[in-house]
Amino acid sequence: MTTATTSQVRPGAAQRSRPARFVSVYRFELVKLLAQWRTRIVLVACWVLPGVFVAAVTQASSLPTDTVFGRWMLATGWAGALVVLSFCCTWALPLLTALVAGDVFATEDRLGTWRYLLIAVRSPHRIFVAKALSSITVIAVMVAGLAASSIAGGLVAVGNRPLVGLDGLSLQPGHAARLVLLAWACASVATLAFAAIGLLGSVALGRSPMGLLMPALLALLLQLVQLLPLPVAVRLALPSETFLAWRGLFTSPAQTGPLVVGLIVSLVWTVAATALAYLLFIRRDFTDLAYDGAGRRALLTGALPLVMVTALTVAVVATTTSATGSGIEQAKLEHSLATSYAHLYRLQARELHRPDVTEAQLRTAASCDKGGSLVEDSGPGNDWRCVVTWHIPGAVVVGSATYQLDVAADGRYVADGDGPKEVNGYFPVRTATGDSPNPLWQVDGLVDLLSSSPKG
Amino acid sequence: METTAVRARGITQTFGDVVALDGVDLDIPYGQVHGLVGPNGAGKTTLLGLLLGLSVPDAGSLQILGTPVGRVLGVPDGVAGFVDGPGLYPALTARQNLAALAGLRGYGAAAASRVEDALEQVGLLDVADDRLRGFSLGMRQRLGLAAALLTQPRLLVLDEPANGLDPAGKRHVHRVLRNLAGQGTAVVVSSHRMDDLAALCAEVTILSAGRVVFTGPVGKLAAESGELDYRVVTSDPVAGRRIAAQLSGLQIVPPESGSGHVEDGSFVVHAPVPQLDELVARLVGAGIAVRELGPVVPPLEAAFLALTDPNDMDDPTASRTDAR
Repeated sequence: MTTATTSQVRPGAAQRSRPARFVSVYRFELVKLLAQWRTRIVLVACWVLPGVFVAAVTQASSLPTDTVFGRWMLATGWAGALVVLSFCCTWALPLLTALVAGDVFATEDRLGTWRYLLIAVRSPHRIFVAKALSSITVIAVMVAGLAASSIAGGLVAVGNRPLVGLDGLSLQPGHAARLVLLAWACASVATLAFAAIGLLGSVALGRSPMGLLMPALLALLLQLVQLLPLPVAVRLALPSETFLAWRGLFTSPAQTGPLVVGLIVSLVWTVAATALAYLLFIRRDFTDLAYDGAGRRALLTGALPLVMVTALTVAVVATTTSATGSGIEQAKLEHSLATSYAHLYRLQARELHRPDVTEAQLRTAASCDKGGSLVEDSGPGNDWRCVVTWHIPGAVVVGSATYQLDVAADGRYVADGDGPKEVNGYFPVRTATGDSPNPLWQVDGLVDLLSSSPKG
Repeated sequence: METTAVRARGITQTFGDVVALDGVDLDIPYGQVHGLVGPNGAGKTTLLGLLLGLSVPDAGSLQILGTPVGRVLGVPDGVAGFVDGPGLYPALTARQNLAALAGLRGYGAAAASRVEDALEQVGLLDVADDRLRGFSLGMRQRLGLAAALLTQPRLLVLDEPANGLDPAGKRHVHRVLRNLAGQGTAVVVSSHRMDDLAALCAEVTILSAGRVVFTGPVGKLAAESGELDYRVVTSDPVAGRRIAAQLSGLQIVPPESGSGHVEDGSFVVHAPVPQLDELVARLVGAGIAVRELGPVVPPLEAAFLALTDPNDMDDPTASRTDAR
């Protein structure tokens, strides 16, 4: 072992400390994140598994019809990306934020590296910003992987074909592609809010596993809450609303109201949770060896302000929108089902090589009832029963088909055809080239919770 | 020209109800290895944290490298070191850890050569591309030292740098620190090992319950130890013990006192140095060979124990500082 020579130290007035350059700190945080095996494995999984999943499902005997767009996975490659998006909005995206943002501060507590980092960087502010941005960068790459992989898997396995929207309208591949990318972008904004929650948990709870789990726990809690028949103003003010509202892009006209509200709420949560995390971080005493999170203080400085943010957004949504009740009303449901039926009737006619008719010629209408005469005809439930009628040009008789509807509290419904069998009573329809899926057998639809007029 | 790297006056730091530092005065000149010792909870880590810019004092004035430390975090450029372990990243290699630090400090094109230089100084070039998770505690300590050396500091602050080092590694680290001090760097080292400090430091500061109870040269501290217990091994233990018993001002420590008495023919005496000299003279005069004579507890350790004994802390003004 040799000892290298160093220059002679010259005493004298020192320069005030200069913080490390932000780009260097950001790069260092990225290096640390990517050096973790967990991050690498999740990154690879995000870029590989969705494509494999979509390709595998298209080879399977049954489709995930419970998931929105699942029944169209054999018809177009774009449906697979939306099925993956729907699944990701339920679990994967909150979990990703938990694994990356939920641990980005806590990992320094576990490794005992805070003092080293602070001495090296000399700016808690820059450390916070670099950690926040680096974790968001990694999460963005993961989300991009999920989207790209699922799109690629669908296009390779099924092909670039028109996508049937949630109002039954056939969307040309180019339009479908734009909407799919827009839907993923919207979900990414909601992911930002959960990432901010992850940052807050990581700062507030230190090495406690509760900090890591906060985004996932919040997502679980919000899913349970969303199952309840909440007033629509409360539903739209939840940070997970955008994870559902992107579906409104796939109707014509697009149901932009809930989506815009959801995006704004997501951004408000992002800013609020990040600001709280920043305040907690800046005020932390890094010489305290026994520090193990902000403890009870986290409840006051972290959770309480977010509860207040929720209350405030509920009040704002309630006063600035037309949101009333559950948002699911008889007239809106009838209009939505009739519209979907008309679009899908034309699709069925094309499959059966019948003469094309326009929606205007069909003059489709629906009459819905919930749970008989003793129940009010509004709100979610699986006891909706609708009769759809339509006119065929040149025919005197008015066509009629019955549907049983399961309407979820978030506005999505599945209409299950109840006959007649040659219209909507059976899954396949007999075409010249063999049996094909009957587009009128089961119908996915979406009610616009915010619209005051029955357009959804 | 400024000759003092650290100048602290009346530094006070509290955490809630706990007073971690209570009116600490400290002067550390350039070119000196200065030891910082004290029992657990004495305030060493808090003081080192202040020197490294991890916190600011609640009261008092602190000047580091000629620059007053203000009310905000941060110390001047030229300060490096670690407290409570080197705190490096186990998922990165030794070279990656240092390269990242060099990147943060903005060394640009000189970064690679500085990293190599620092690794060579601490003897870790052979394992530079191994991940830290496979490193022993001693290797991590050396890498922590390399990280500090990378910045070519003028004030180096190290918390237990010899922790986990084997004897050869310890000697090597001591040599590096002495070289640095020789080049003008002020080195502050905390340790629980008084023998390490005696071998390395020119001066020591002893903290107890947040107060300075001694600061000054190591030799002066040894003198603070007062009368010690000495273990004496002679060629004739029975006669030797009888001669010792006849000497005034010298006590034979009974075996049950637990003061290091052993049953190998030795005996332990409690005496000031002049009486000990007289005992040796009489033993030799009686034709008894003195085969071993040494303190049961090293003088520095004895002084440390005497100064930091909580039973001896009744008088809060009893701090003993070497007059300079």
